[in-house]
Amino acid sequence: MNSPGPLEIPAASAAPRRRFVELLLGGGLLASVVSFFYPLVRYLIPPPAVDLGSDTVVAGRVGELKRNTGKIFRFGSRPGLLILTAEGNYRALSGTCTHLDCTVQYRGDLHEIWCACHNGLYDLNGRNISGPPPRPLEAYDVHIRGDEIVVNRRRGA
Amino acid sequence: MLARVRDWLDQRFGWAELIAPLKKKTVPVHRFSYWYFLGGITLFLFFIQVGTGILLLLYYRASANEAFESVQYIMTQVQFGWLVRSIHSWAANLMILSAFLHMFSVLFLRAYRKPRELTWVSGMVLLALALGFGFSGYLLPWNTLAFFATKVGTEVAGQIPLVGRWLVIFLRGGEEVTGATLTRFFGFHVALLPGITTIFLALHLLLVQRFGISVPPSIEKEWQTPGGGAREIRFFPNFLLRELMAWYVALGVLGVLAALLPWELGTKADPFAPAPAGIKPEWYFMFMFQTLKIIPAKIGFLDGELLGVLFFAAAGLLWVLLPFFDSEGRGRAQRWILGAGIFALTYIAGMTAYAYLVK
Amino acid sequence: MRQFDELGARERCTAVSLITKGRRPTFGREIFFSCLAVLAFLLVSGARAQTKNTCLDCHSVLDPPLGVKAEQFAQDIHAQKGLTCVSCHGGDPATEDPVQAMSRSAGFRGKINRSQIPGFCSRCHSDGSYMRQFNPSLRTDQYAQYLTSVHGKRLARGDTKVAVCTDCHGVHDLRPARDARSRVHALNIAETCSRCHASAEYMKGYSIPTDQFASYSASVHHDALVVRGDLSAPTCTTCHGNHGAAPPGVASVEFVCSRCHVFQAQLFDQSPHKAVFAAMGLPACVTCHSNHRILRPTDAMIGTAKESVCLNCHSTGDPGFVAAEEIHRQLISLEEALVRADQVLNRAESSGMEVSQARLDQGQARDALTKARVTIHAFQVPRVAEDISAGLKVAEQTHQAGVKALAERDYRRRGLAVSLITILVVLIGLRLYIRRLEASKPTP
Repeated sequence: MNSPGPLEIPAASAAPRRRFVELLLGGGLLASVVSFFYPLVRYLIPPPAVDLGSDTVVAGRVGELKRNTGKIFRFGSRPGLLILTAEGNYRALSGTCTHLDCTVQYRGDLHEIWCACHNGLYDLNGRNISGPPPRPLEAYDVHIRGDEIVVNRRRGA
Repeated sequence: MLARVRDWLDQRFGWAELIAPLKKKTVPVHRFSYWYFLGGITLFLFFIQVGTGILLLLYYRASANEAFESVQYIMTQVQFGWLVRSIHSWAANLMILSAFLHMFSVLFLRAYRKPRELTWVSGMVLLALALGFGFSGYLLPWNTLAFFATKVGTEVAGQIPLVGRWLVIFLRGGEEVTGATLTRFFGFHVALLPGITTIFLALHLLLVQRFGISVPPSIEKEWQTPGGGAREIRFFPNFLLRELMAWYVALGVLGVLAALLPWELGTKADPFAPAPAGIKPEWYFMFMFQTLKIIPAKIGFLDGELLGVLFFAAAGLLWVLLPFFDSEGRGRAQRWILGAGIFALTYIAGMTAYAYLVK
Repeated sequence: MRQFDELGARERCTAVSLITKGRRPTFGREIFFSCLAVLAFLLVSGARAQTKNTCLDCHSVLDPPLGVKAEQFAQDIHAQKGLTCVSCHGGDPATEDPVQAMSRSAGFRGKINRSQIPGFCSRCHSDGSYMRQFNPSLRTDQYAQYLTSVHGKRLARGDTKVAVCTDCHGVHDLRPARDARSRVHALNIAETCSRCHASAEYMKGYSIPTDQFASYSASVHHDALVVRGDLSAPTCTTCHGNHGAAPPGVASVEFVCSRCHVFQAQLFDQSPHKAVFAAMGLPACVTCHSNHRILRPTDAMIGTAKESVCLNCHSTGDPGFVAAEEIHRQLISLEEALVRADQVLNRAESSGMEVSQARLDQGQARDALTKARVTIHAFQVPRVAEDISAGLKVAEQTHQAGVKALAERDYRRRGLAVSLITILVVLIGLRLYIRRLEASKPTP
């Protein structure tokens, strides 16, 4: 076959017209390729946010909590409660009250976990000791890894 | 510049000799030519799947405890993760649709005739692999719908006589659908199926290359009449440029779908919760699912569902062996196949529509 | 006609049966079949009966009120603990002769008189050392409590219409309270009380209303107990006492409610209403919430609209009126903020944006509203305002998150538009290029 290939210029075509088409095509291809590669490159760079594991989560950093205080952290799609007790131990439990799903908090004056909605009380092991809550709070394991406080669900039945 | 590169390659690999057949390849042009694009579109979508799939692999975790959260992470935290994931989900559906359309167009244009029987058979294997990709991939986000759809789907597999029970245990990695199923499906989806697909895809493309593009018998007849000249265009670059247009259209469609109709996350699967109402598989399995639903429980003394499964197995087998029934020239076999094709298309389309319209 | 003494044992049994039916005892087919039944029963139960209990031989086939089905009695907790008919009724269970079995010399007491039943049951049930054999943790003060109850006091004055032990607990199929089929199980108590207390006819002559059961059935407590199955929800005896049943007095209603509703009671005690209600002789909680027909409280109850309870005492312009208006406004403002935030989040979610973090935070805003609805019992605006403003802050944040999600959605759509334009340019370019390519070389 002796038909012109894509890079050979038929003598009959007008030069500016040809240039316009080539520019259009080349420019369009380049632009489209950029519009595909821009998200790709951004995707490959890992985001700074902590991962949303529902099994293991970094609940905080050492030094963040003062003794005898607690804080709420996100565990999967529910809140968790991280406490640094007065004796210096970390405790982590589910932060959702077993009565009507309000978020509980740590009460340093009582050394107990308290639900503000209807005055439910739990001890530091999560056992429901007073008020309407019918069940204890689920307790989690806490490990210190470097300066991260890692909370993970207990392996259960 | 390009000439220098070509020379360099030619001196080492005999480049000119290698690509000579490609340069000679032509594509027939007639009123049905547009159907020829479907194969290429399916291939393009497969490449998209491999690409987006590899990207998803960088963040996805295949354990029951983390799968859902990792997909949620991709959708919310990873830059353009929503785009990659939605494109992957949409392209999967579009690829299977295009594969079905490609198959039916090959059937109605009779491109399966001798000598292209094995191309048809390898194509059917590829279609089965694509459905396998769809089924295994659907479970990976580990949401409620996927979990129960997998449960139902693997249960149907158990209906197959003799091997049914072993098949279910093999698929599920145990008696029930659990985290072990997820890991197993993940292995199928990213390793086993891609490996087998590569082999059959290479075979399929090689065969297409070897035999060239088929021309429908009606067109062949036209071209044989005096004055009815055969037309063809070169594959490279003419057809390829047109194919590129089709691929860009497909990209545009994917972009619109991913941005305007992003794939939903669902809720995390809870194996102990009761199955929600309206569990159904993906649309490409719906016609089989709906058939099994409307088959009466017992037909005579035989179990209805078993009969349905056997019917589909038999139909599938006959479908794969289709080319071997149509030796050229015998009008009757051709008409039978045409009839079977129309019936299959109407049945699949009709059953799928019925499944969605009837709640 | 033969005398009763002349009849054989089984004949006496039949005779009694016929007499209680109000018929003359004649012998014939009835005797044959009823004695056949007795025979059959004896044959069947013969092997089972270790200790003889001839009482049931006859009484299991008699009609009520003398009839006691054997299957019925087998369910009775007393029977299961080894007590039988004679334990309460006396008599001789070993003999088949009804006259001998039910003779005074054998200690037969017959049916216990209604007014004597409580004292009779307490012979065992108030005896600590006796009850310890069977259930060491069972209380033994029921009779003492009963004597302080309205029922007990009236019974002592001779009113036998009031409830005695067997009316609530049953008698021959008595089950422990924790058994769900027992008439005094938590789920069944209200119905048991209503058997008398809801009957206008039975309660004629007493000065108390009969709508308590109907009112209670419409209440949230009933809903919690019977519909949701929360056994800690109150029923009649929770507030009135069971054995010492009496309505709590005006001054003590608050103590009763505060057993569960601790916060509300504490706040009420700090509120201006406490002293005022006491002075006016109004029962604390009941004044606004009613006693039996306690419905789910709504934000409309507090405020100055016509459904509010505040208007029962307060009038336009007085300090209470002003406070009620402000409190209502605060509650509504947080409610509206939550709805607004939810709307934005819903819009974002339905266009495919992921807003699970904001939804989680929204829970905290809702907690604040729940808290505020408790804090209103202090009837002081600043305290309510504190909770409301905390909630408003969170609702504002989640609203912002929703707005951000919508902005992100718009950004994506703009990005889509850009890439679609580039694709369109490429398509046009390709089309032109192909045309040019093939114009120079006509397609064969």
